[in-house]
Amino acid sequence: MSEAKDNSTQKLHEPLLHIVKRAGISRPKAWLIRLLAILLALVLNALIIYWLTGLNPIAVYKTMIDGSFSTKRKFWVLLQNTAMLLCIALAVTPAFKMRFWNLGAEGQVLIGALSSGALMFYIGDKLPSGVLILLMLVCALISGIIWAGIPALFKARFGTNETLFTLMMNYVAIQLVNTMIAVWVPSGSGVLGIMNSKTNTGWLPTIFGQKYAINIIVVAVLTVFMFIYLKYSKHGYEIAVVGESENTARYIGINVRKVVIRTAALSGCIAGLAGFLLMAGSAHTVSSTIAGGNGFTAVLVSWLAKFNPFVMVLTSALIEFLQKGAGEIAQAFRLSNDIADIATGIILFFIIGSEFFINYRVIFRHKAHKEGK
Amino acid sequence: MFSILTSFLHSSIVQGIPLLYGATGEILTEKSGHLNLGIPGIMYVGGISGIVGGYLYEHFCEKPVALLCILIPLVCSLLGSGLMALIYCFLTVTLRANQNVTGLALTTFGTGIGNFLGGSLLSFFGESGSISLLTIGKWYKAYPAFADKLGGFGEVFFSYGFLAYLAVIIALCAQYFLTKTRAGLNLRAVGENPATADAAGINVSKYKYWSTIIGGMVAGLGGLYFVMDYTGGTWTNNGFGDRGWLAIAIVIFALWKPARAIWCAFVFGGLYICAVLIPGLTSAAKEVIKMAPYIVTVLVLVLSSVRNRRENQPPAHLGLNYFREDR
Amino acid sequence: MPVPVPAIELKNITKTFGPIVANKDVCLSAFRGEILALLGENGSGKTTLMNMIAGIYYPDAGQIFIDGQEVVIASPKDAFRYKIGMIHQHFKLVDVFSAAENIVLGLQESERFDLAKVNEKVRTISETYGFEIDPTKKIYEMSVSEKQTVEIIKVLYRGADILILDEPTAVLTPQETRKLFAVLRRMRDAGKAVIIITHKLHEVLALSDKVAVLRKGVYIGTVLTKDTNENELTEMMVGKKVSLNIDRAEPKDPQDRLTVKDLDAVSREGIKVLDDVSFVARSGEILGIAGIAGSGQRELLEAIAGLQKVGSGSIIYHDPKTGVDEDLRNKTPLEIRDLGVRLSFVPEDRLGMGLVGDMDIADNMMLRSYTKGHSVFLERKSPKTLAEQIIKQLEVVTPGVSTPVRRLSGGNVQKILVGREIAAAPTVFMAAYPVRGLDINSSYMIYNLLNAQKESGVAVIFVGEDLDVLLELCDRIMVIGSGRITGIVDARTATKEEIGLLMTKSEHIEGLHEEGGAKHE
Repeated sequence: MSEAKDNSTQKLHEPLLHIVKRAGISRPKAWLIRLLAILLALVLNALIIYWLTGLNPIAVYKTMIDGSFSTKRKFWVLLQNTAMLLCIALAVTPAFKMRFWNLGAEGQVLIGALSSGALMFYIGDKLPSGVLILLMLVCALISGIIWAGIPALFKARFGTNETLFTLMMNYVAIQLVNTMIAVWVPSGSGVLGIMNSKTNTGWLPTIFGQKYAINIIVVAVLTVFMFIYLKYSKHGYEIAVVGESENTARYIGINVRKVVIRTAALSGCIAGLAGFLLMAGSAHTVSSTIAGGNGFTAVLVSWLAKFNPFVMVLTSALIEFLQKGAGEIAQAFRLSNDIADIATGIILFFIIGSEFFINYRVIFRHKAHKEGK
Repeated sequence: MFSILTSFLHSSIVQGIPLLYGATGEILTEKSGHLNLGIPGIMYVGGISGIVGGYLYEHFCEKPVALLCILIPLVCSLLGSGLMALIYCFLTVTLRANQNVTGLALTTFGTGIGNFLGGSLLSFFGESGSISLLTIGKWYKAYPAFADKLGGFGEVFFSYGFLAYLAVIIALCAQYFLTKTRAGLNLRAVGENPATADAAGINVSKYKYWSTIIGGMVAGLGGLYFVMDYTGGTWTNNGFGDRGWLAIAIVIFALWKPARAIWCAFVFGGLYICAVLIPGLTSAAKEVIKMAPYIVTVLVLVLSSVRNRRENQPPAHLGLNYFREDR
Repeated sequence: MPVPVPAIELKNITKTFGPIVANKDVCLSAFRGEILALLGENGSGKTTLMNMIAGIYYPDAGQIFIDGQEVVIASPKDAFRYKIGMIHQHFKLVDVFSAAENIVLGLQESERFDLAKVNEKVRTISETYGFEIDPTKKIYEMSVSEKQTVEIIKVLYRGADILILDEPTAVLTPQETRKLFAVLRRMRDAGKAVIIITHKLHEVLALSDKVAVLRKGVYIGTVLTKDTNENELTEMMVGKKVSLNIDRAEPKDPQDRLTVKDLDAVSREGIKVLDDVSFVARSGEILGIAGIAGSGQRELLEAIAGLQKVGSGSIIYHDPKTGVDEDLRNKTPLEIRDLGVRLSFVPEDRLGMGLVGDMDIADNMMLRSYTKGHSVFLERKSPKTLAEQIIKQLEVVTPGVSTPVRRLSGGNVQKILVGREIAAAPTVFMAAYPVRGLDINSSYMIYNLLNAQKESGVAVIFVGEDLDVLLELCDRIMVIGSGRITGIVDARTATKEEIGLLMTKSEHIEGLHEEGGAKHE
């Protein structure tokens, strides 16, 4: 780092750069920096795409927009995908706000989908659809709570590192899903197909002529709920206090253990809900990749939005848009679909990096000197 | 019976080697206080970089030479994973970005690069089909001829390509480095208490950079071993699976000690391969066995936190960034 | 005779942290073969200044000269190169390392790294200076004074020429202090420059050759120790002759409010922090608690507030309204509040415990009151009103109620905290070091607030470090030493010497034991 540059040979040397923490930055300025970072990333992406395809970047970006908005169906798919990602991001947010690193959302979603899928599998044809859906929901929520609650219990009681614990729980869940599929599909193909595709029991109904409408509405309501919960409820206040300073929490009589477990459980509960929505509302099947890494992407969505649920709508839409758009480019220009991940990664790096310029100020020594005199 | 045992041990070790590389790399990184969740992505890039290097060499060279067949992919792999680790360091060390977020983004990015290049490399050169570098794979898999004459003993100890032995050597070196050298002591101090290390005149950022980059390169070799030796020079998208995360599990299981990671990796490799080798298992039972490494890791994590022995804890500053003038 | 060149010289050093000016145009020099005492009140910028010599901070402006050569100390490594060694008040040691590992940390010796040799060398140094230390012992198993010994050996091992010690005696017993001073004198005689940061006048006079004084980050001057006295130094330190003139009313109708009896407590590390503590706090009076820092003051207040687990003993609260007695021992803060006990507590660690630094003033007001009512939602209006009221009444300097408290200066932070705790209309008010780091005006405002509480019939418990303040503000002073109550005196008649003696009494008792049993108690 420049401020600690070793320079024993020189008689006199002042560090060229000097980094100091900002006393504070206005909100518009902070967002301007972030916006600038995104723009820079888009330019870099355009250059990379140009290099790979030799095509006019503007035309390429137009293709990208087409990927999400050219047809009504594409748009609904974008909305649905955004909703699912947002839902999982909402799940991890209260935990993060408490500085509890729940990296296990992927597993919590899976376990929610699995338990509701199990109901569909075992008693799917014995109950009316409405009752089944309700049971599935309850099961999904409870299993999500358990999956996040176990690491939280140990964190609260023994200080067990929750980052590593929740991370490992993902893979236990993935293997559990694979196990159940192996049990359910005797052929050994490992693919459970769409469940109840004829009877549609346990499927959320189609409203407004849109299959995904319920999912989207549920997540929209959840977004508002989470915003209010974090900002205006007593629980939300406790979460903030525990996250900022456990000592202060203890000093004012907050039962820190209780808050940690309760918040992690809420986190798992919402992730379980996401699993249920996948099962009942869109995929109607379960596999170890059904969450599609969204459990991890959600961490980024939540963090990029500074844990603000409304901003998370934007960040999750941005990521899904990039995924869709890059997929479209890949198709149009015969590239591998995975260019989407590269493009997303680059944008993420820029936004992550931009936080530095929001929190810190870089001072050039010579300039500072002149100002001083 | 004996031959089943030896072939099981052999397969366990083969499975364990990529994990060992990943775990050793991650231990070096974590000892500096940085939890690099980008390791799976870095290993992926380590693999694909080797493939790309090897492919270009095979493609443009009429008569590939054994030495270059090995060196070119090796250097490419080190460069690729080193660059990935550099991105991580720059963001987390210099720009003090959140480590978990950066790591996860890096894994997304790395997997994307791997799958993109893996899927499009051939089409750039107007070829089709899947990547298969059999000549290079052959050199990577080569082992001394006498191993075959030693029967089961030879199979267990001498029947691996050079990267397998390198993995063990690197792990042992890392152990020696961390416990017996001045720089190792300084590195551990950086991960435990960077403010103290800083006050003691240690260049904290420099140590963080080097340990993360070297750790990333070591982990990247795990990817290279996988594509060159294990699969014999072929690439399949997502073929690497969840080995990167398993490597992070081993770090916990080995209590941040590289020497322990060696046998831990082989045990995990054994569990991984058990499912395939034990005859008569239902496919469900196989999946349950694959779950075992993660459950065991969770148990180790819980037990070490319950027993709370100071020496067995994660580095005290793991996951936290350091800014000297924080008050 | 040539004019000696100072070992280290500072010219016009300025350092700011955000809006806070820690040092302004400070000039200072220290010579070899001399012990320089750097004297100043808490928060006068002594530590910040020394941290700049040690390379922890980098000055915003100014120059540093070593032996007449201008140098740049951008990192601790640079400091080592100039043979500067600093022993920090908060030890910079790695807990899971052994003493020897800590001592060689960061060193670049050409020879091969061999811990056995290091152990040997550490033993040699220990013998030379009379330290007792096991180089293989882990830091987390060590006592505070052992840790300090490790720190000192660390500096000696590196062959430092210029030694800086930051409040080294704060954690030591008198015997240990005497030993330390002997070591420092030996270093001086060996031609090293020694700088000791302190705010204890008697130590300055006993040890140093010269005294440099800082006041509010500004350099006041340097005097020869032999030519000065306590009065002059105090005047330099605080700016004018100290006549505190704190109004003190006679307690009105004092009644027992809190009776602590035979209280024992053990720290998380298994060390006894409270030993058989018994006392009574009465309504309408201020009970002062004096003692060397870290003698159990914090643990005592936290035990009463329900934050520190205690062993045997009782903490009885006499409810003034109902007349019922309640035992608060091992109750959580919430349970205490639910009993109807109105206990306010201004903890030592303001931003780490009393307030949440990143929250704004209004939200910090809510910390005490947010649970009120049955609604699941927060009631934000009254905290905001309260915040505005406190800002106005206590003259808090802030851009507004929505400013995070972390951005305020120390004095304003404390006003917010004390204001909130008073607003809870307590019957018992506890404050730990409430004026630490505050300027004179803010300090007086705090004294007045405490007095107002007392006059309205609250039992006030005040933990202080400045004996002059304790003697002028309190009605009674309880002295604590090593977790034991060594005496309770009437503040109107007691003298400083008397309290000073009581503060170190527990150690004297230990000494007497060797000679055949304690006669005290």
